[in-house]
Amino acid sequence: MADAALSSPANRAAPAKARVQNVQAPLWRNALFVLPFLVVFVALLVVPLVWGIWLSLHKADAFSSGRFVGFANYVRLYNDKIFWQAIGNTFYFVLLTVPALAVIGLMLALALNSRTRTAAVLRTVFFASSVLSVTIVTLIWRIVFVPGFGLLATVYGWFGAAPPAFLSDPDLVMIAIAIATIWWCIGLPMMLFLSALQQIPGDIYEAAALDNANRWRTFRYITLPSIKRTFVLVVVIQIVLQFQLFGQAKLMTNGGPNNVSKPMVLYIYEAAFTKWDLGLGAAASEVLFVLILIAAMVQFLVSRRKGESA
Amino acid sequence: MTAQIEITEVTKRYGALTVLENLSLSIKANEFMVFLGPSGCGKSTLLRMIAGLESVDEGTIAINGRRIDTLPPGQRDLAMVFQSYALYPHMSVADNMAFGLKNIGVPADVIATRLSEAARMLEIGHLMERKPGQLSGGQRQRVAIGRAIVKEPKAFLFDEPLSNLDAALRVRTRVELAQLRHRVKSTMIFVTHDQIEAMTLADRVVVMNNRRIEQIGTPMDIYTRPATRFVATFVGSPTMNFLKAKMDSRDGFATLTLPDGATLQTAMRSDGLAPGAYELGIRAEAVRPARAGETVTTSGTVEVLERLGDRTLLYIRLSDGSMIVAEDAGLSRAAIGDRMELTLDGSRVHLFDGEGRAFHAVEAAHG
Repeated sequence: MADAALSSPANRAAPAKARVQNVQAPLWRNALFVLPFLVVFVALLVVPLVWGIWLSLHKADAFSSGRFVGFANYVRLYNDKIFWQAIGNTFYFVLLTVPALAVIGLMLALALNSRTRTAAVLRTVFFASSVLSVTIVTLIWRIVFVPGFGLLATVYGWFGAAPPAFLSDPDLVMIAIAIATIWWCIGLPMMLFLSALQQIPGDIYEAAALDNANRWRTFRYITLPSIKRTFVLVVVIQIVLQFQLFGQAKLMTNGGPNNVSKPMVLYIYEAAFTKWDLGLGAAASEVLFVLILIAAMVQFLVSRRKGESA
Repeated sequence: MTAQIEITEVTKRYGALTVLENLSLSIKANEFMVFLGPSGCGKSTLLRMIAGLESVDEGTIAINGRRIDTLPPGQRDLAMVFQSYALYPHMSVADNMAFGLKNIGVPADVIATRLSEAARMLEIGHLMERKPGQLSGGQRQRVAIGRAIVKEPKAFLFDEPLSNLDAALRVRTRVELAQLRHRVKSTMIFVTHDQIEAMTLADRVVVMNNRRIEQIGTPMDIYTRPATRFVATFVGSPTMNFLKAKMDSRDGFATLTLPDGATLQTAMRSDGLAPGAYELGIRAEAVRPARAGETVTTSGTVEVLERLGDRTLLYIRLSDGSMIVAEDAGLSRAAIGDRMELTLDGSRVHLFDGEGRAFHAVEAAHG
């Protein structure tokens, strides 16, 4: 009975007709769904990137892309002491801000990781600075640092002392910019650490309490290993962000005195939009791009390893 | 190394909600005590209060006469096995087990000895370098127990440790726990909602319900002489049968009249029992199909059959509409729709009054 049914012509034809389409097979019309994003991505990111590389190989100004000069712009950068100083300043700034952001962010997160109303209010307060624009932030900190009538000057004045010249002392200007930046950017690391802390299951803390672990050992052996990846993530994100220092330096010190607070982006800005040497600016941009790319690659490798072990 | 635990008039509240009320309990040294009860009865809270993970609002908890409810968890000299195991995910098995010992400065050679001893006992020697994420549920369970053993605590606390295991593994782990219990001489408190775990593991069971203790007794005590209707319902599978009954006294023993008019002569002394309406409780194994020549107590129609292999459960609808579960042999020839005559064992009945108080026929036999 079953054999007869299987060998009937109608049944034999059926499998051919009803051939199941492979649902995994690529369908080109699906590309339409990503097209809107792709157009914007290519127009606003890929094209400028390629154009930037192309510009960096030309002697360009505001009126024309000029003539092809090969790596001449890069050679000029190599020989420009101020550019090297800008790179040094940028690294110094990253060194000043990133560890501080990571450590202070973690300490705030640890302190505010509770369900009390006070903690919720303080979380909002500490995050609030992140929503301000750089103009407001620098304005606030100029009012703090400015000699004569600034907050710092007033406080020092009560004790009859002169305040440190944060905006003019070559040894202090970068520190002043770093303080303002840390105050401005602390919200994101704090939030990232808070979300990581809240993912640690409560029962391993209970197990640790029964295991007689004191606060330090609990932090060192339970909390820290549990948020290790978030810590690396915060550091990498902040490296990428702080490499791009511009607004604070431009508005607080304008790179001075004597270029000691001039970061790479400010150097690029001045080359391209003050001296209208677009080729040189583009070349400096590519150097910065490579530096940030290295940092981003580290972030990528870290997050990929996280995916593998999960 | 072992602990006698005294819980005195303990109360626990969360805001306006009282979860434990004026509860007292004494656990002997080396005793395996099981807290049994439905979800939300407060059994885990009580365990966590002993561990120090929950504060005590009123009352005291003492170990060997020393008050501990004011001490932090680590100083109570207790070890706990969590339902979720709570292993440290980034530490190897060996580090997990050694962490508590390192925290109190136990010398490295002592730690090594204790670890290898526990690993041998639990057969986890080959897992010592792995991380918890690389272990199966059963293996994690063993590591969690191992972490408790190496501390050589005064008492072990188990918070539903078997409920995350699959059925087969649960039975095996239960047997292993029973064996372990005899090797590790220590007081053990075990929280569960599973009556089989309670019956098989416990020296004594504390049945808890709705903020308080319903009964404390040996497993057989709880089963054969439930103190309240709740205990009678909660312990035993299938659940005890309950029928409305009128009690009269005849020759000093209670005689029951069932709703369908049938009468049952019990082995329960009637002195101290006021005649009147009661609820009759009788387990399925005391209700059998009547054999030829046996006294028939009542009869009804088979509605559902459950063949369990070694026995068959018959769900029988009596003429007044109430349902009773009877037990028959594994090879019972009963079929759905059969008319069935039943005999109820008058020596194994329980009576419950309007307030849920229990009276037992076996009381006479047990004194």
